[in-house]
Amino acid sequence: MRHTLDTRVSPYAYVAPFFLLFGAFGLFPLFYTAWVSLHEWTLLDEEQTFIGLKNYETLLADGYFWNATFNTLSIGVLSTVPQLVLSIWLAHLLNRRLRFQTLFRISLLLPNVTSVVAVVVIFSQLFGRDFGLINWMLSLVGVGQIDWAAGTATSHIALSVMIMWRWTGYNALIFLAAMQAVPRELYEAATLDGASGATQLRRITIPMIRPTIIFVVIVSTIGAMQVIAEPMLFGTSSGGGGGLVSGGPDRQFQTLALYVYEQAFTVFDFGYASAASWVMFLIVVLVAGVNFLLSRRVKGGLL
Amino acid sequence: MTSRFRRIAVPLITASALALATAACGGSDTASGPASDGAAASAEKIQLKVGLFGDLGFKPLYEEFKKTHPNVEIVENITQFNDHHNNLVKRLATNAGAADVEAVEVGYISTFTAQPQKFHDLKQYGLDKRQGDYLDWKWQQGLSKQGGQVLGLGTDVGGLAMCYRKDLFKKAGLPEDREKVAALWPTWEDYIATGKKFAAADVAGAKFVDAPGEIFRAIVNQAPTGLYDPQDNLVVDSNPDVKKAWDLSNQITAEGLTAKLAAFTPPWNTGFAKGSFATIICPAWMTGFIQEQAKDATGKWDIATVPGGSGNSGGSHLMVPKQSKHPKEAAELVDFLTTKDAQAQIFKEEGIFPSIPALYDDPSIQSFTKPFFGDTPIGKIYSEAAKALKPQHLGPKEADVRTAIGNGLGRVEQGKQTPDESWAQVLEDVKKIK
Repeated sequence: MRHTLDTRVSPYAYVAPFFLLFGAFGLFPLFYTAWVSLHEWTLLDEEQTFIGLKNYETLLADGYFWNATFNTLSIGVLSTVPQLVLSIWLAHLLNRRLRFQTLFRISLLLPNVTSVVAVVVIFSQLFGRDFGLINWMLSLVGVGQIDWAAGTATSHIALSVMIMWRWTGYNALIFLAAMQAVPRELYEAATLDGASGATQLRRITIPMIRPTIIFVVIVSTIGAMQVIAEPMLFGTSSGGGGGLVSGGPDRQFQTLALYVYEQAFTVFDFGYASAASWVMFLIVVLVAGVNFLLSRRVKGGLL
Repeated sequence: MTSRFRRIAVPLITASALALATAACGGSDTASGPASDGAAASAEKIQLKVGLFGDLGFKPLYEEFKKTHPNVEIVENITQFNDHHNNLVKRLATNAGAADVEAVEVGYISTFTAQPQKFHDLKQYGLDKRQGDYLDWKWQQGLSKQGGQVLGLGTDVGGLAMCYRKDLFKKAGLPEDREKVAALWPTWEDYIATGKKFAAADVAGAKFVDAPGEIFRAIVNQAPTGLYDPQDNLVVDSNPDVKKAWDLSNQITAEGLTAKLAAFTPPWNTGFAKGSFATIICPAWMTGFIQEQAKDATGKWDIATVPGGSGNSGGSHLMVPKQSKHPKEAAELVDFLTTKDAQAQIFKEEGIFPSIPALYDDPSIQSFTKPFFGDTPIGKIYSEAAKALKPQHLGPKEADVRTAIGNGLGRVEQGKQTPDESWAQVLEDVKKIK
């Protein structure tokens, strides 16, 4: 007879490291941030006074906070939606017998392993107003010079392209892994029935990889809600001016995470920044939840 | 049930974990390392860290210093301007990570002299003897708020001048000679009028000025009172000189004279190389920038007097944080890096202009020229500019206020707002700065 204690306890021991780390670096900061957010708490003052929900009151009336929320959602939609469509399509293309299969798959992952700094610096040059490659190509088809960083919509597009560049291939690989688990017989039967490639994608592949789609949607949404490095670096390398953390002089591309960073690490108002990051956390949970419910409803023609 | 729970719980937990990763981020610092590993290796060897926001031309001087201090190793660490000062605020507050010698630009000097308990009083190391060397106002800026403690020793001053491209002026039919160019613009209104002439000539690929931001700063610095009154009250909304600077800067935008290249960004650097603008406001330290960025433009740049009279823009102090484990050596290094000879040498190499008036009439400075600027008497121009300087009181949040106003100018430049709308928002933003 085996030790019942062993069989009962050891599973918990195996998972304990995760929960210990999560407690120390996840849960504790979460609650401590909530505590800080109830105080007038700046880096430079020795004393912190309890002020209840006052930070939240100020925050909800703060136009810059809502501006950042709008920018985050806008960049989120602009980057996530095309990215998912594109990555499913790429995965579909790779999910067949190809020469140099491994080469293609690895090259999908390359943009993701590039440093985000390098990506933003290079894309800022591509999106340059005076000597940028994209404006030059557009001028060939008669489109005038676009000041990408200056406009609200144009800067969101530029940032979305950078985000898509990094994450499309990564998501495509996840989709590809899921697609390879779809039984071949379904496709064979469909081919016999005369279904085209596109119909097979729509009617077989997508319904079969639904759990993966839900997973990717949730993870991409959360990632998109927390974008900070791209707008921060775009601000300094685009020549449009504005402070390091303001996301352009009109805050036209300041995201929520960047706003939190501004309040915490340039204004040094930790109380207010904590309140902002708590509201941001709630927004992320809310948006991720909505997307979860929406993507669960994804159905193909199979069902 | 369980699978249903998991389907909801897993994304939620992931969401919390990822959200927190952001909430907790931002504290990472690449610069911090073992503070004194030199000291650990042997009892005598020590390491001094020097924290700068740009190359102040100290490198050759470190070697000199080591000759008299063979046990000292010096590590220089250069960070981007805003990051450098923000990090210093953080490191002082958390009592960890500051270098032994920290450079502080005038825009931030009052922020730090208001916290004398965080720095060593250099008087303890006999550096009050240096007072006689300095421009009086430069010396005063380095003292603690209540006076009495010597917290920082000045490095340079940024007397104002105006740099211009001779070749572009020629193309636009404007004079090239620096006396005649100076005669074009006794006032800022004249400067704008000259700009209009330049624009009318339609020189391909070139605007009159890089951006209005530094011009705004220069005009404010020329006034007797700037963004703060001597009692440290913000006077942005009530000082007519600030509003005048705002209006003039926006007029430059309205007349289409700006290349819209914000200073110290990569496109601004490209602008130098491509000759995208014909004039740039030019404190002494800017000459080093021009030379570095416009490498193929030898002989094309010249320097004239600035419109609107003398003023100062930029300049730094060196301070020794209380955290330093080797304050004696750090103070000796500060002394060494700011001596008359050191400042003269730095000027000749980097264009950073001394804050020691005895040098201004020194023949080697007066007659100093640089191959890049042709026969331009750089030494003479900046000596005169520095002699004519009138000091201006700088307040504790000078840099933050300037950022808010800079954003305002940017909004007008990018066509987002009218100058009046933007000014209203600037005043709101400034009110929030505590």
